[in-house]
Amino acid sequence: MPSFVIDEKCDGCKGGEKTVCEYICPNDLMVLEPNTMKAYNQEPDACWECFSCVKICPTQAIEARGYSDFVPLGSSIFPLLGTEDVMWTCKFRNGLIKRFKFPIRTTPEGTANAYTDLKGKDLESGLLSTEESEGYEIPKPQAIV
Amino acid sequence: MALPNKPLGERKAVRDPEVEEREVDILIVGGGMAASGTAFEIKKWMTDDQTVLLCDKAAMERSGAVAQGLSAINTYIGANTPDDYVRMVRNDLMGIVREDLIFDLGCHVDDSVHLFEEWGLPIWKMSEDGKNIDGNKGQKMGTLKSGAKPVRTGKWQIMINGESYKRIVAEAAKLAIGEDNILERCFIVELLLDANRENQIAGAVGFSVRENKVYIIKCKTAVIACGGAVNIYQPRSVGEGKGRAWYPVWNAGSTYYMGMKVGAELSMMENRFTPSRFKDGYGPVGAWFLLFKAKTLNGLGEDYGASDAAKAELEKYAPYGTAAVTPTCLRNHLMLFEMKEGRGPIMMDTVSAMAELSKNTDKKGLKHIESEAWEDFLDMTCGQANLWCATNTEPEKKNSEVMPTEPYLLGSHSGCCGFWVSGPNYDWVPDAYKWGDGDKIYNRMTTVLGLFTAGDGVVCSGHKFSSGSHAEGRTVAKEMVRYARDHADFTPTPSQSKEELVDMVYKPVRVFLDNCKYTTDININPAYLKPSGMTMRLMKATNEYGGGTATYYQTTSKNLEIILEMLQVMREDCEKLAAGDLHELMRCWEIFHRIWTVESHLRHIQYRKETRYPGFYYQSDHPGQDDENWFCFVNSKYDPKAGTWDIFKKDYIKIIPD
Repeated sequence: MPSFVIDEKCDGCKGGEKTVCEYICPNDLMVLEPNTMKAYNQEPDACWECFSCVKICPTQAIEARGYSDFVPLGSSIFPLLGTEDVMWTCKFRNGLIKRFKFPIRTTPEGTANAYTDLKGKDLESGLLSTEESEGYEIPKPQAIV
Repeated sequence: MALPNKPLGERKAVRDPEVEEREVDILIVGGGMAASGTAFEIKKWMTDDQTVLLCDKAAMERSGAVAQGLSAINTYIGANTPDDYVRMVRNDLMGIVREDLIFDLGCHVDDSVHLFEEWGLPIWKMSEDGKNIDGNKGQKMGTLKSGAKPVRTGKWQIMINGESYKRIVAEAAKLAIGEDNILERCFIVELLLDANRENQIAGAVGFSVRENKVYIIKCKTAVIACGGAVNIYQPRSVGEGKGRAWYPVWNAGSTYYMGMKVGAELSMMENRFTPSRFKDGYGPVGAWFLLFKAKTLNGLGEDYGASDAAKAELEKYAPYGTAAVTPTCLRNHLMLFEMKEGRGPIMMDTVSAMAELSKNTDKKGLKHIESEAWEDFLDMTCGQANLWCATNTEPEKKNSEVMPTEPYLLGSHSGCCGFWVSGPNYDWVPDAYKWGDGDKIYNRMTTVLGLFTAGDGVVCSGHKFSSGSHAEGRTVAKEMVRYARDHADFTPTPSQSKEELVDMVYKPVRVFLDNCKYTTDININPAYLKPSGMTMRLMKATNEYGGGTATYYQTTSKNLEIILEMLQVMREDCEKLAAGDLHELMRCWEIFHRIWTVESHLRHIQYRKETRYPGFYYQSDHPGQDDENWFCFVNSKYDPKAGTWDIFKKDYIKIIPD
């Protein structure tokens, strides 16, 4: 299901510090064409349909079209990624539309506790840093052969 | 195609790239779940004067196997014991596993899951009246750590709202290690051995896929955590759909290649994973089996798995086949039997399952079940949801076909190939499973000094999945800090010169530039081969000779002989791989990594004269299991100096009783 870029909607992220589809694609597929300042998928048959570019695009210029070798035309699925939820619109070939909303995160973005002040004490033990600070005891096998 | 002839892609490669040399104590290669675990943990143990660098081929926010998201965490011990976890993994992998590694992982995996929840990952909770509550509403029931009950599908799996799983985990990892210590879009392609100290890692070399730059990084210790191997066998979809691999298509076997090339001992590379998934879209089946209690039917509408014939077949593989949970490979084996007997296609009976679930629920409840079914796909395999839409499939009205996919190599899911690594330094761990340097033991160190691995790289301990890979990466972090501390006086000195390394990394660019003007078609040239063509050559060969889908995963000694010869020729032709731009240079190195990884896989299959994993592959000259001769690990080692392979048996040691 390769991603594609809608010409009219893509502005090459001109106003941003980076072209976000290019930044995010795990397989280095999305690239900016410097003359037109539009992005495109440079290797559609290597697209994992992960929707990372679709979700991150600020102008909603990227969608995905089902793989031509097994997906009939006429359907679409489209996510709107918020800060707490993702809203999916799933359109069937026969016109039926289903919408789903799922939570994605329970904390504000950027606030994950990285325990930056935590320092481990005993480098020789098998305990991970947070286990050590909480007094976790590593289990032993109940019985061995 | 328009003339003049020009490279594809937007970042043209130049003959002489810039070179950046760095030196750190600790190098992390990879950015997925395991490497994110290492990144989170590492600074908690480093001293102020120690240094670290992480190199990711992509952007950590969406890199690795969890880039798209996940709908479940498949390993959470909870009220179970690590002992039972070992028993489950051992049975699924037909008896031959490293029980020390599995038990050790089982002791730490929950700590990572608790962190994920604290960071903001929504985890489903079970209400007091037995209802599934999503991860947002479920917060008021408390956290897993505080005793709230997860929604268990199987004994080990818990359901999550995991669309942003990797973004959350990467956020914590990046905050912990610091942006200054991360190089994204840096593809490490080879590890470097030390010139002075035998069998000691001294660094790595790679390049930027964003600018013409080669990185030479010296280090005292490194971890390779770059996932498994995908697109090594011809996928069932060979057009646009070949990107729709089950495992992430960007996993190129780099973990196995890089370690193998510096002489790290591999083990159980004959093992592979051939998952059965919803046909073409490769959507997950776990929730359908476990959460919705669906059955698979053959083309005659029979529940073939419950037949007497199936039971009799499973008895041949006792005790694994007769255990309460049938091993993954044997479930495939039963499915393949139906298909070969002409009783396909295999259908997931979603209609009956949904009808059964709707019996005791109201309209609102039904809507909730429908939403759960769709979320299972939308969280982790979006394209499968679109395939349902495109084929007008509402699961409560129309069943969907299930099919075994092409083979994959990995060590973290229901597969167990990887590097032979040291176990933890506990008294209950056999001496043969513990090593290090001098009198020090380093958990998860390969047989190369200072070289560690995690996740898909660690052998014989499948079923760690996302959470276990993260926890294992954290364990490795601590061990690498120890290694760097214990070797503070060691000055890494790579045995190759800067010029030699640049020549090696940029060779495909030079091949291209030297020859590209000869023809009018950039892709067709007698002096070189583009990586896309070589990828198709590899996949055609493995499919036909190496036990791919074309032969129902069967191979023979003669077929293996043929393909090993073909692989030798492929490696020779790789000298003529050509890259006109940086994206293509990445593809050149990836196919090179894939070819070596496959060679290791097939050498192991050739050596093991039995069929240990029916349903994953069949050595037709040696059908069935031969416990008397082959109840052991098969290990191999490539000698980087001599360029030769050594392959041998290694004793299995049982630790946890039945």
